[in-house]
Amino acid sequence: MKPAPTHSYPGLNLGRGRPGAHKATEVVTFGFWVFLMSDLVYFGLMFGVYITMIDAQAGGPGPHELFDLYSIFAQTLILLTSSLTVGLAMLALKYDLPRGRIVLWFAVTLLLGLSFLFLEIRDFMSMADKGGIPQRSGFLSALYGLVPLHGLHVAAGCVWLVVLGIQLRVMGMTDLVVSRMVRLALFWHFLDLIWIGIITIVYFGGLTYG
Amino acid sequence: MTSAESGFFGRLNWDAFPIAGLIQDPNTNEIVANAAAGVVIVGVVLVLGLLTWFRLWGPLWRDWLTSADHKKIGIMYIVFAIVMLARGVLEGVVMRAQQAAGPGEGFLEAEHFAELFSTHGTIMIFFVAVPFVFGLANFLVPLMIGARDVAFPVMNQISLGLTVSAGMMLMVSLVVGEFSTGGWTAYPPYTGAAFNPGVGPDYWIWAIVVSGIGTTLTGINFAVTIYKLRAPGMKFMRLPMYCWTIICSSILIVFAMPPLGVAALLLAADRYLDFHFFTNDLGGNMMNYANLFWLFGHPEVYLLVLPAYGIYSEVFATFSAKRLYGYTSLVIATMSIAVLSFTVWLHHFFTMGQSALINAVFGIATMLIAIPTGVKVYDWMATLYRGRIRFSVPMLYGLAFLLLFVIGGLSGVILANPTVDYQVHNTLFLVAHFHNVLLPGVLFGLLAGYNYWFPKAFGFRLDEVWGRISVVLWTVGFMLTFLPLYFVGLMGMPRRSYSWEDPSFHPYMITAVIGALVILAALLSVVVQLWVSIRNREQSRVPVGDPWDARTLEWSIPAPPPPYNFAIIPHVTDRDDFAAAKERGAAYPHPDRYEDITMPRNTSIGFVLCVLSGVWMFALVWWIWWLAALMTVMMILSFILWTFRTDTEEVVSAEDVRRQHEAWLDLVRTTPPVTRDHEGAPENAGLARPDLEATT
Repeated sequence: MKPAPTHSYPGLNLGRGRPGAHKATEVVTFGFWVFLMSDLVYFGLMFGVYITMIDAQAGGPGPHELFDLYSIFAQTLILLTSSLTVGLAMLALKYDLPRGRIVLWFAVTLLLGLSFLFLEIRDFMSMADKGGIPQRSGFLSALYGLVPLHGLHVAAGCVWLVVLGIQLRVMGMTDLVVSRMVRLALFWHFLDLIWIGIITIVYFGGLTYG
Repeated sequence: MTSAESGFFGRLNWDAFPIAGLIQDPNTNEIVANAAAGVVIVGVVLVLGLLTWFRLWGPLWRDWLTSADHKKIGIMYIVFAIVMLARGVLEGVVMRAQQAAGPGEGFLEAEHFAELFSTHGTIMIFFVAVPFVFGLANFLVPLMIGARDVAFPVMNQISLGLTVSAGMMLMVSLVVGEFSTGGWTAYPPYTGAAFNPGVGPDYWIWAIVVSGIGTTLTGINFAVTIYKLRAPGMKFMRLPMYCWTIICSSILIVFAMPPLGVAALLLAADRYLDFHFFTNDLGGNMMNYANLFWLFGHPEVYLLVLPAYGIYSEVFATFSAKRLYGYTSLVIATMSIAVLSFTVWLHHFFTMGQSALINAVFGIATMLIAIPTGVKVYDWMATLYRGRIRFSVPMLYGLAFLLLFVIGGLSGVILANPTVDYQVHNTLFLVAHFHNVLLPGVLFGLLAGYNYWFPKAFGFRLDEVWGRISVVLWTVGFMLTFLPLYFVGLMGMPRRSYSWEDPSFHPYMITAVIGALVILAALLSVVVQLWVSIRNREQSRVPVGDPWDARTLEWSIPAPPPPYNFAIIPHVTDRDDFAAAKERGAAYPHPDRYEDITMPRNTSIGFVLCVLSGVWMFALVWWIWWLAALMTVMMILSFILWTFRTDTEEVVSAEDVRRQHEAWLDLVRTTPPVTRDHEGAPENAGLARPDLEATT
């Protein structure tokens, strides 16, 4: 058994299975972590803005009229499952399982991501029907500023998945494509983490204090 | 007209051009506005004409605009910063002239004056200080840590493209429409749609958002570069002090730029989509904006001044011919300032309704910053102590900095006391304070760095005589302009006033405008210095690369450096590795063998994104929705297409490296070394003869 490569970084390391890709991935994955830290600050501030504006309902509809916890529960299950499938894709990549297995898990992830977006958009449309539009109050502005920002990230992740699928087809399993998969997986887990914050602070917090 | 119902050209029409105002109502105010627009147009036409006349389009495209070389990107940043500096200084002079006209007098209208202080602040912070600081960092950091490029060369190019296109928006706002009148901080609700429906705040918003993204990418790039690309043996505690300051700045960027992006984008949501984040009605809360903006704004000033501290640290050590005193304490002080800078943002709005306890906490936190800064000042003075000092241009800037910056810092400690702040808040005392730290602190540092590293970048030294003239002019100009503002500030003159009534202010205002003219002369002297230096370049060439008997790795390679920087990646064994090698007589080693070097190939993605993002911003400002949508799609598509490129690198063969490197080593052998006493003389070809015992 070869010794483990020394260039490790937080998260799943490709390690012994793919020493070439591992080395190519080190610097860029570290850079991606730094980017995620910066992105996390965006979300942190939006959470802060939301918390200060829970009471700023200005007589408009509030959390109790607007939030549909069943839909939120479904979205949570879907997104958490997609994090699992991304993890399975990464394990398949690390242990060099057949390429079909990697593609399968990424495809399932894409489907789950799209279903999540479908449910989220449906939620927002039904909120709008009940008069819950961002122009109505500061509270709704903060809600529409934060949750769709996460949705936009999920949509970007879906585009990324599609592009990566095409690149896998066109360029093959090169070190570059592998390294992009590693970063995509980090990004996807990051989206999950933000979602945990959203259900806790936006939905539960909103219903408790709003 | 509301944003939903706009035609093919959005809300853009004939009245948006300043010439329309001049025709309708010719007065001094309109003439000044048209002159400014005219200067922009003539400048652009002149540059385009010169490029065509000298057939420079090809070289410009091949060697510069598409280059991913960190050194060239750094130089382009600095050129951009100096162009913007010229505009910022001119605006300062016009404002000083307006205020010097006498009680109730003046030639500008209030709106125009407000535009001037808004663009002046926005330009000086975002499009002079930031690009100048990171232009220098681009050029220097890989050379100092023994790397061939930054971690992400193409992303670096994109950062430059976004910064420049955002800066161009400020230029465009002179010619089409008007800029914001809300100051560089753009506080809502004044900048909201209800009170300010025009295009001004939109120009501000998009310039800030796009340049903010560019700066964030730069911060990520430099944090990763210094963490990951250091040469073997370059441990953290062997890093040049300058690199320490850049890593702290990069960390500040990564965490402090997002609040600015959030503040500006939420303001955009209020203005464009009728959201209620900061409006007066329906639950909007302006204090969120103040907190978000200054959560960015305070770290921002440290991310500008820390790199200047780094430059001074290198300059004091080199021109005192000594090791930097108290390296470890300087590292700790730098890190402390970086951390503390996140804990003081509230001191920018002590008067906006917090409890006395909260104000006291932030006031004390602010005063704490004086401790690590004081440590630094003592360390620099101890570096000078018993050094063999040469009063060269960078050193003179450094000495002016030490004297003046202490005054600026102490006035900051005064302002940190909330009870005092209540008295002088929003007066010219504050203007005097932050110019007192930004000019002697940041600008003098950048100019010192420009004089110090210029020979490394271009292979010849800058003219010493004109350099000294510009030091004197900058210093005198600064003191005449800004020290009087402390007094009128204490006498109660509010900042940002286009008109005033109290005759006792007049002498101070006159002094300040004289100072502004001296600063203008100082700016011209920098241009003259460059002109004279280029003309006399044959007498000041330093091809060997070490004209100042300096200490860090970037001086151990040719000037200008080859594209790959180091023929052989150095193995670092010491802090100030090059100085140690010279003392051992081991500088300029002859390598046993050479290897192929892989370098990033040219790419046009940075330029493409620069143009597309520029058009995108313009379309958003003028509500040309179809164009904005088209540009959004094109930006995304061009980026995705770029990710399909595989031939992103090219190889310099070991044989080419050997030939170039050995030709230079031959030059090193045949060049007569000069002592420090003759470093200004024509015979200084960049090989130093250490003429002193090692002093540590």
